[in-house]
Amino acid sequence: MKDNKKVTITTETTWKEITPGGIVYEAGNAHNYKTGEWRSMRPIWHSEKCKQCLLCFPVCPDSSILVEDGKVVGIDYDHCKGCGVCVNVCPFNVFDFVKEE
Amino acid sequence: MAIRERLSGNEAVATAMKQINPDVVAAFPITPSTEVPQYFSQFVANGSVDTEFVAVESEHSAMSACVGASAAGARVMTATSANGLALMWEILYIAASSRLPIVMPVINRALSGPINIHNDHSDSMGARDSGWIQLYSEDNQEAYDNIIQAIRIAEHKDVRLPVMVCMDGFIVSHSVENIELLETEKVKEFVGEYDPGLDTLLNPEQPVAMGPLDLPPHYFEHKRQQAEAMKNAKEVILEIAKEFEALTGRKYGLFEEYKMEDAEVAIVVLNSTAGTAKEVVDELREKGVKAGLVKIRVFRPFPVEELREALKHVKAVAVMDKADSFSAAGGPVFVETRAALYDAETRPVMISYIYGLGGRDVKTDDIMKVYEDLLEIVKTGEVKSVYNYLGVRE
Repeated sequence: MKDNKKVTITTETTWKEITPGGIVYEAGNAHNYKTGEWRSMRPIWHSEKCKQCLLCFPVCPDSSILVEDGKVVGIDYDHCKGCGVCVNVCPFNVFDFVKEE
Repeated sequence: MAIRERLSGNEAVATAMKQINPDVVAAFPITPSTEVPQYFSQFVANGSVDTEFVAVESEHSAMSACVGASAAGARVMTATSANGLALMWEILYIAASSRLPIVMPVINRALSGPINIHNDHSDSMGARDSGWIQLYSEDNQEAYDNIIQAIRIAEHKDVRLPVMVCMDGFIVSHSVENIELLETEKVKEFVGEYDPGLDTLLNPEQPVAMGPLDLPPHYFEHKRQQAEAMKNAKEVILEIAKEFEALTGRKYGLFEEYKMEDAEVAIVVLNSTAGTAKEVVDELREKGVKAGLVKIRVFRPFPVEELREALKHVKAVAVMDKADSFSAAGGPVFVETRAALYDAETRPVMISYIYGLGGRDVKTDDIMKVYEDLLEIVKTGEVKSVYNYLGVRE
């Protein structure tokens, strides 16, 4: 068991490398956990239809609506679980919601 | 010079705790372990230790407080028995999987029901798969010695697991016997200053989170790592025993072999019954009967290879369990000991005796009956019954 072992835990990490007792050394490491794999439905955002009302951004439970300079620029599919809240809240039907293949 | 004293098992354990002077003790009283936190709180009150004593409202809270304190980086101890241990159950697993080196005397008592406060091993045997190291103690001297060694075992960098030090309730806990204590300075020197490393909750240099959610991609790796620590413990226990022997002259192993060199019949036993059984072995030896005894000290990790070596040349072995696992196929020590012999080329006939439940007295006559059964098996080559209950009214 080593101290100060900053490891990024992935699905490749072996039992010899994993942190003892599941200790987490860095804040915000949930970012490294790709929950996008859980998705069965995929929201697709169409930039040309988007009015940039930003209603989707605060309701996303996984912070997966990507915003740059105050504008929606896309979806973080590494973390989007496909809950469809963004699809539902959008007043302009910007999103398609399709089965994940 | 060692200190000669007369102490009960509970006093011996509390004295060891005083000499260790842990940072935190969180405990709740339960018969027959009550005296341990009782004596210890007196040591706190009169200033002979500087431990933070946490008087909790249940054993679930006691073990939870121990987990928190240990995670924070403190050296932590507690004590319990029977239903108290049962109430700690879920937290026992958390302490072990979080790799927290907590040391806990378990004063063995029958687990309810029916409600009973007397000695058997149903409490600690139930916790055998919780991931704690388990040391068993024949008398107050061994309990004292095991507690001191347990601190080193638990905190060893290759182990980092909690340790239960078990001894028989009332039979040992409340019986006053001669004991040889170490001077406090020698105990302090032996256990050393606790170095929890950098991975503690109170280390501002390196903030960490402990006990996180661990889903299917990672949980298995953590359990495998925990299993390795238990495997490492065997070597560490022997190393520390050697160091302890150099200090005290008292020798400890994974188990004790009593007159086993040429034994043809033997019993395997834990805790205080070993003392009773040694009397019987001596008596039989005087009559020229080749009887021996194996007293298991370390039940977790289980000394599989070593027990196989010790028992493979014996003709018939009886394993004594002071707990029933209700498998309808013998007690837990029997099952594991018999499994350990499976890979031996020659192996003894092995039979199981469940005995002494709820504090039923075990006398030399009872043990003699077991050896007589074994000798009959050797003579006739016939096993009438593998799974037996000793001392119950038929």
